[in-house]
Amino acid sequence: MTDIAEPRTSGGVAITAPRRPRLPYPLVLPVLAALVAVAATAGIAAGSVGVPAGEVWGILAHRLHPALADPTWTPVRETIVIDVRLPRVLLCGVVGAGLSVCGMALQALVRNPLADPMLLGVSSGATVGAVVVVVFGLTLFGPFSLPLAAFCGALAALVAVYLLAHSGGRMTTVRLVLAGVATAEVLSAVASYLVVTSDDPHAAESALRWMLGGLGGTTWDLLPIPAAAVLAGTAVLLGVSRPLNLLLAGEEAAAALGLTVHRFRAAMFVLVALMIGTMVAVSGSIGFVGLIMPHIVRLLVGADHRRALPAAALLGAAFLIVADLAARTLISPEEIPVGIITALVGGPFFLWLMRRRAAS
Amino acid sequence: MTPADKPGALQFEDVSVVAGGRTLVERVSLTVAPGEVVALAGPNGAGKSTLLRTCYRALRPTSGRVRLDGEDVWRTPGRRLARRLAAVPQESTGDFELSAYDVVAMGRTPHKRPFAGDDSDDRDIIMQSLDRLDIAGLAHAPFDRLSGGEKQRVLIARALAQRTGTMVLDEPTNHLDLRHQLDALHLVRGLGVTALIALHDLNLAAAFCDRICVLDGGRTVAVGPPAQVLTAELLAEVYRVDAEVTEHPRTGIPQITVLPGRDGPERSMPTN
Repeated sequence: MTDIAEPRTSGGVAITAPRRPRLPYPLVLPVLAALVAVAATAGIAAGSVGVPAGEVWGILAHRLHPALADPTWTPVRETIVIDVRLPRVLLCGVVGAGLSVCGMALQALVRNPLADPMLLGVSSGATVGAVVVVVFGLTLFGPFSLPLAAFCGALAALVAVYLLAHSGGRMTTVRLVLAGVATAEVLSAVASYLVVTSDDPHAAESALRWMLGGLGGTTWDLLPIPAAAVLAGTAVLLGVSRPLNLLLAGEEAAAALGLTVHRFRAAMFVLVALMIGTMVAVSGSIGFVGLIMPHIVRLLVGADHRRALPAAALLGAAFLIVADLAARTLISPEEIPVGIITALVGGPFFLWLMRRRAAS
Repeated sequence: MTPADKPGALQFEDVSVVAGGRTLVERVSLTVAPGEVVALAGPNGAGKSTLLRTCYRALRPTSGRVRLDGEDVWRTPGRRLARRLAAVPQESTGDFELSAYDVVAMGRTPHKRPFAGDDSDDRDIIMQSLDRLDIAGLAHAPFDRLSGGEKQRVLIARALAQRTGTMVLDEPTNHLDLRHQLDALHLVRGLGVTALIALHDLNLAAAFCDRICVLDGGRTVAVGPPAQVLTAELLAEVYRVDAEVTEHPRTGIPQITVLPGRDGPERSMPTN
């Protein structure tokens, strides 16, 4: 009976717990950046018409400054690289980075590592917003109509899920996931209904894009709004990475350490909804990127957001570029919606995570 | 390592907290003088944690004021308050990969601008805080996998890293072994800070605190030096136990011995 005072120390886990072997942080970012560069090169090079990697860089360098490379390629290839593949790869990078960063922020905000834009119904909310605009042909705000509507849908869904999961005091993982899944289902049904009952077959066709998640037919003019939102949003999140860290310690601790939790969380919900809205407006709802990437990043560099957010952005970008590459080459010339690829990878990962958490 | 901030006067004025139709704290008034260490005692559900939560901005009082040096803590910007008052809440767990070092580093947050990194001063303060709690060796261990007592020491170290002149601690010793209980309370005393500590162990409270405030059913039933407050009558009334209070022959500190009768002095205790 020597361990009455503190029976939980008897395992001695902590004493022997070594620091998880990690790559030194200054190395992580260059390695991940190189990964993005490799993925992007592959993404531009591969396709129905193969372009050698060297030529890809030649064409890009030539565009940057004509003196950098001599044009030894055909104009067709240059068109393919510059007008078809480059915008698509860039958009993949932007959306992948954005989803990953938003996933990480959401996980801190609801203090639950199973949070993800798709699982929380945020993406479905954005989809409903986007579908409404397309089906009813709303153009009130010109080119911003679509992202704006998607933003409103995302924010409404996020607030609804949060309130549903939070009612009656504490928020448990089970409640959060159930509320998210239920909200996502309802909103997906609404979006499907709108599409199916629409008279305009063209609208229905383009609406399907948001529901499956895909980046086919990306042109340059799709890029600026999501790119700006993701860049600015990521910069803001980096700026608030200390408060985000505090939330990991719990609401009580965050309040004691000077954070006005409710106000901060409300502001961050708006920001995340804005980012997800602009992304869903161009890419549809792509699931699991926001779930998997933050976990891998935390294993690599730890949970401190100052270190984890930049790494999450880079890893997310590389992942979605590769996933999109697989989506358009696996059964070429047919194209699989990229959301299917990420779900095939992410679903099993999610289940593994649930089991691991249940075991611990 | 001394706190950068001077000890503050912590003042509860007529503080009441009503939640879900239940009155958890009822018109409590208490002043903790600068540098004074006061224990908050009372049975489970007496309102100790609730009262503490009102001063570190986790729970807004329904009525009344909590002041630090005259300033209403609920009208003070959070960051500024966190530079003057640190809290050790009851153990919190997370599902994230935070190391003990990361948790203690959060104590520096109120002192930092948003984009500022931790400089060498911060790192020194963090490591010293861990060292003061005897857990420097666990700096890089995952917080989630520490034992209850180790977690508790990490949370105390975090409050230490805040370098405040005032501290509130909610049961900071309930998971600690005997040695570390003494160490933790010696540490808080030695800082010279104003401290309000919820404590279940009345003998520890008597040994380490200037005064004891006893709550029961959300109300203050006694406040004063340990020798005045800790009487057999009060223990019988508040805790419904039969206890003897003696002065310890070597320390002169009131010493409580609870007699192991199942039936309390007035009415029977539930058996389990």
